[in-house]
Amino acid sequence: MVLLDRNTLNQMFEALAESGFTVIGPTVRDNAIVLDRVNSINDLPVGWTDDQERGAYRLKQETAGAFFNFTNGPHSWKRFLYPPQLTLFNARRRNGDIELIPEKPTDEKFALIGVRPCDLAAIGIHDRIFLKDHHVDTDYRERRKNLFIVAVNCLNPGNTCFCTSMGTGPTAGTGYDLVLTELFDEDQHHFLAGTGSVAGTKMLEKLSAPPASPALLHHCDEMLKEAATKMGRNIRTDELADMLRESFDDPYWQEASAACLSCGNCTMVCPTCFCATVEDVTDLTGETATRVRRWDSCFNGEFSYIHGGILRQSTLSRYRQWVTHKLSSWEEQFGSSGCVGCGRCITWCPVGIDITEVAGKFWEKKYPSRKKAATKRQQPREVLIPVN
Amino acid sequence: MIAYSNPMMPHLCRINSRKKETHDTFTITLDVNDEEMSPVFRPGQFNMLYLYGVGEVPISISGHPQKTGKMVHTIRSCGTVTRGLARLKSGMPVGVRGPFGSSWPVTHAYGRDLLIVAGGIGLAPLRPAIYQALAHRKHFGKLILLYGARSPEDVLFYKELQTWQKRSDMTVYLTVDHAISDWDHHVGVVTNLIPRVNFDADDTVAMVCGPEIMMRYAIMALRNQEVPENHIYLSMERNMKCAIGLCGHCQLGPKFVCKDGPVFPYHRIAPYFNKREI
Ligand SMILES: Cc1cc2nc3c(=O)[nH]c(=O)nc-3n(C[C@H](O)[C@H](O)[C@H](O)COP(=O)(O)OP(=O)(O)OC[C@H]3O[C@@H](n4cnc5c(N)ncnc54)[C@H](O)[C@@H]3O)c2cc1C
Ligand code: SF4
Ligand code: SF4
Repeated sequence: MVLLDRNTLNQMFEALAESGFTVIGPTVRDNAIVLDRVNSINDLPVGWTDDQERGAYRLKQETAGAFFNFTNGPHSWKRFLYPPQLTLFNARRRNGDIELIPEKPTDEKFALIGVRPCDLAAIGIHDRIFLKDHHVDTDYRERRKNLFIVAVNCLNPGNTCFCTSMGTGPTAGTGYDLVLTELFDEDQHHFLAGTGSVAGTKMLEKLSAPPASPALLHHCDEMLKEAATKMGRNIRTDELADMLRESFDDPYWQEASAACLSCGNCTMVCPTCFCATVEDVTDLTGETATRVRRWDSCFNGEFSYIHGGILRQSTLSRYRQWVTHKLSSWEEQFGSSGCVGCGRCITWCPVGIDITEVAGKFWEKKYPSRKKAATKRQQPREVLIPVN
Repeated sequence: MIAYSNPMMPHLCRINSRKKETHDTFTITLDVNDEEMSPVFRPGQFNMLYLYGVGEVPISISGHPQKTGKMVHTIRSCGTVTRGLARLKSGMPVGVRGPFGSSWPVTHAYGRDLLIVAGGIGLAPLRPAIYQALAHRKHFGKLILLYGARSPEDVLFYKELQTWQKRSDMTVYLTVDHAISDWDHHVGVVTNLIPRVNFDADDTVAMVCGPEIMMRYAIMALRNQEVPENHIYLSMERNMKCAIGLCGHCQLGPKFVCKDGPVFPYHRIAPYFNKREI
């Protein structure tokens, strides 16, 4: 573990750019902290923090200049690894004959700065789905291969965060190249940095930073332990998958989904939601055609269309599909929960539906006398599968 | 070769021949010459057929599993893509990805009676299983096909059904929901035939494909005869955009119909079967 100051951290941005990385990190735009290209520490949300509540998000400027004193915004890293829109191939028609022209995978190398532990777990979940299943998503594989990940541990969990319940944070588990913990007060602004890969170690060598003292490491550990007790939300996950598996006819779905607009915001902001559709576009002459993959949502009607009609007509059925997929069937499909506890779906639901409240209700119904939320911290889950 | 290691990239196959089956159904035979594409398939599997600039749809393979290098598809033209496919002529190319999915476990029926129940276009995905069973006929007890269509003019593969009917080692019952005067087979829903045929219920494997409602009644009838749940297989249909378990559309509870199915032993999907809006 070494100690970086602002300047050495800035040098990391330069070193990454020099090695050909497109550097992506949090930055302020349109009154939110989004993920986009960042050229230096000055592009980070310096001095910004956020207030989050169900259906509410507000940025606040603080006088002090911490770099990472906020939690997740509406974007997640999936937009770089699993882009919202991707050309699958082009096709050309001439004299009744067709030619299919494969789309070359991107050769852009991404460095992701400021990946929170929950989002790191979400990348691990996507690795499982796109790289370790029956078939490989070749575009994801190319993007993933060249990734450099700088994780940032969370000292101030947000109001809609519940990573402790999901075993994904607030301390990063595995799967990063570097991990930072920001130490910021009147006297200092430093970043405790640890490595998680050969590439990370090389980067730290390049930055030539002094080692951190054992006392500081201990202090940092204590702060992260305390952070784990400051989650805005908590759920119990033991037995939850089973409860939801048997919940199909539960009348509570009516109440849970009553306000739902079927807008699909929750699925767009969720770092693990991966449903997609394809679209075929032709030019006016019909001589060229393109097949495009786009993010889709199980809240869309056509999602379940088969000839004769839409299978999931009601909003209730779509909301039930979404929650049971995230918190229950995902386990059978991919060996982990589909939720990492990032809280985005709670914050960005326009009507403020809270997945932790819904999950908690099933618990309460089954065990009225037991505690709804776990107070004990779960063991961090190791979901990340190293690529290469 | 980046292109063909990509499971989302179709292969071009030319239409070798095409045949009108009924007023709304046709069969195309595709030549598989692309070395990157498997020339073989297992009964019950399907391909994704891409119609240039329009879309891609899952269609079962309806040909003989031992005839390699050809993919036969029997298609009911009912919407945008299938109507477009219906207009293609011999020699024209179609984009193909596949074969995908699980298959009818024909060998599971070795030493047992094999009962096949099909409704409408559902006979197409079952035809390769029938071919395979006939090719290994001596391994089975009784071989029974129950087939139902809406009306006589909707009956698929009629000539072939008649040839099978003439065989002494196969029992074939045909039925239609609505008959006209010169129909000399049964009238009524196909599932009504189940209690009327003779098979050794607890030593029978049943394969069922048709509209979901028909499969539901078929399962009820089979269970009434005490065919064990794990001897009943069905083929499910859901919207599919990728066929490789990555688009999320075909989920049936925790199952992906494209990669865990489309053929399932009934007991595996019983909790999710016949649930409205699941
Ligand atoms: C595993 C499997 C095997 C099939 N085998 C056959 C077969 O052998 N012969 C045959 O005629 N049909 C088969 N179907 C049904 C066939 O896929 C649909 O009839 C076809 O998708 C309709 O497309 P369309 O564009 O003509 O219709 P539209 O009504 O215009 O549909 C629009 C889109 O919705 C989707 N869609 C509509 N209906 C279905 C459906 N039933 N299943 C899946 N997606 C659908 C497709 O993406 C389609 O392009 C099969 C379906 C599945 C899932
Ligand atoms: S379900 Fe909600 S809290 Fe869980 S990972 Fe998705 S957006 Fe985050
Ligand atoms: S739960 Fe909220 S965000 Fe999700 S579809 Fe319903 S209204 Fe939209």
